[in-house]
Amino acid sequence: MNRARENSWLILIGIVGAIFLIGAPQVLELFTIINLTTAIAMALLALSLGLVWGFGGILCFGQSTFFGIGAYAYVVAAINFGGTSWAVVVAILVAAAFAAVLGYFMFYGRVSDVYLGVITLTVSLIFYNLMRRTSGPEYKIGDALLGGFNGINAPPLNVPGNASWILFPEDVFYVAMAALIIGYFGCVWLVRSHFGRVAVAIRENELRAELVGYDVRLQKLLLFAVGGGIAGTAGVLFANGVGRVTPDVFNLYNAALIIIWVIVGGRGTLIGPVLGAFGLFYLISSLGQQTSINNNLVLGVILVVFVLLVPKGIVPTVIDLWDRKRGRRGQFRRHGRRQRRRGSRTAETRHEG
Amino acid sequence: MKGEIVVETRGLSMHFGGVVAVDQVDFNLRENELRCLIGPNGAGKSTFFKCLTGQLKPTFGDVVIRDLNVNRAHSHEIAGLGVGIKTQVPNVFEGLSVQENIWLAARRFHPAARARSLVEETLDRVRLTDIRREVVNELSHGQRQWVELGMVISAEPWLVLLDEPAAGMTHDEVLLTAELIREINKTASLIVVEHDMQFIRMIADKVTVFHRGAILIEDTMDVVAADPTVREVYLGHRKK
Ligand SMILES: Nc1ncnc2c1ncn2[C@@H]1O[C@H](COP(=O)(O)OP(=O)(O)OP(=O)(O)O)[C@@H](O)[C@H]1O
Ligand SMILES: [Mg+2]
Repeated sequence: MNRARENSWLILIGIVGAIFLIGAPQVLELFTIINLTTAIAMALLALSLGLVWGFGGILCFGQSTFFGIGAYAYVVAAINFGGTSWAVVVAILVAAAFAAVLGYFMFYGRVSDVYLGVITLTVSLIFYNLMRRTSGPEYKIGDALLGGFNGINAPPLNVPGNASWILFPEDVFYVAMAALIIGYFGCVWLVRSHFGRVAVAIRENELRAELVGYDVRLQKLLLFAVGGGIAGTAGVLFANGVGRVTPDVFNLYNAALIIIWVIVGGRGTLIGPVLGAFGLFYLISSLGQQTSINNNLVLGVILVVFVLLVPKGIVPTVIDLWDRKRGRRGQFRRHGRRQRRRGSRTAETRHEG
Repeated sequence: MKGEIVVETRGLSMHFGGVVAVDQVDFNLRENELRCLIGPNGAGKSTFFKCLTGQLKPTFGDVVIRDLNVNRAHSHEIAGLGVGIKTQVPNVFEGLSVQENIWLAARRFHPAARARSLVEETLDRVRLTDIRREVVNELSHGQRQWVELGMVISAEPWLVLLDEPAAGMTHDEVLLTAELIREINKTASLIVVEHDMQFIRMIADKVTVFHRGAILIEDTMDVVAADPTVREVYLGHRKK
């Protein structure tokens, strides 16, 4: 897919996103809107892994760690500050900083890909178990009781600078959707920048990247920290959508779910993970209303089907099919012409927004 | 004699467990020199290169590049000194286009506008302009070698290490590569590892022969080729 066509898709995505942002609260019921906020948080979380794994080649099994840290940091900071504006900033920074510290040990310690997956997942599970044990009154940070497996109630967002002006659920939806749109286009910008192109180069060949002079460890650490910050932002939105943060944000189910979203939506694209998260979120919540089939079984089947039959994920597969169809038609057209154009397939296929 | 010494190794040794791949090598390269490195399979040529570029940390001895001891330096830091290397097994960014590969190398140490013009210049020099948009993993072996060469020269290095740059190339491609190497030599010092004797005759100035990790002899191609020990170890062990 060439840059021009990619841009027209981005414009389309921008328009659809804007319509959704403005239109959804007008036509949908309050309950649906609140649910949608949670789905958006998930989509942003999927986007963060899509960036780190799909573009940076860093297979993080524990993206839930930064998501959960963001959620907890937001709630704890909001309770202590008595307002949410700085709490949001703190949550994002704490999540990014934690990713940077973890990344430092993994990348500067030259941990191999498989161990990186294991370590990140283990860290998430450690947090799960730690937070579950914080039920006593002695477990508090400032004024915020951590609440063990019951978790903590999340103070809703307020208007910046005015802690008594609390946002309505519709307003929180606007904030969440705007964050997703900004996050998405921010990631598009990032992967097109020098930094993002180097991240892709490292994914393709780490040794070559080093030999042409890039500090692979630092590059990966920075990308990982950005991914952590985005996941932390998703955690803030999640806390607002659900109204409560529990240790379950760190559990194995969540950690696995994020990976499945990205696999289903498609690695090496940014819109893929977003769509994957939305799609599976609604699939699971519609399954949740019935009892004849087990949700986890459905998820497992979806994962197996995708890994075996659609290994690239939905979005890249659709693009490939589209390109092949167009390519064939294009060839017919070219037969009539004198000059044969060469090289229609490029790396940009993988840079797909 | 040419200019000052730009690469010096002193007692350089690399051991892998019991295997001594490089054994106390004292080596000098002067500015603007074009040195060929030959030797039978397993003589330690690639390992020697890896020690020069920080991919391996020498077991003993020192590597000095322009008066700087780089024993502890990382590969990217050595690249930052202006050293370019083409590895024996081509290392390229497989899923990316030819021009993206070269741009990534050119952009590392040059501002955006300069990098763009370097990409054009380089594509021209390695004759890949026609296929600039093609993905590298779909190219022929020779073309991939040139992509890697292009990445090396687009960074405008002053020291270039080439490990078997003509391997797997057709005769015509070999001629073009030899020409390109002489051209690179106008602005850079080079060390070239090769097995192809014809190719070495095309470019060689001074030749260093490696054998069992040590330098056997260092002289012009004619002297080296006439040396009975070289004939024995080289031809005797030669597999290619
Ligand atoms: N990472 C490693 N671990 C163990 N032994 C190694 C390693 N790398 C190289 N060797 C050994 O070191 C010796 C030198 O290998 P090297 O690749 O440097 O030879 P070479 O001169 O480049 O050979 P060729 O002409 O086949 O490329 C060989 O005996 C090889 O088996
Ligand atoms: Mg070798």
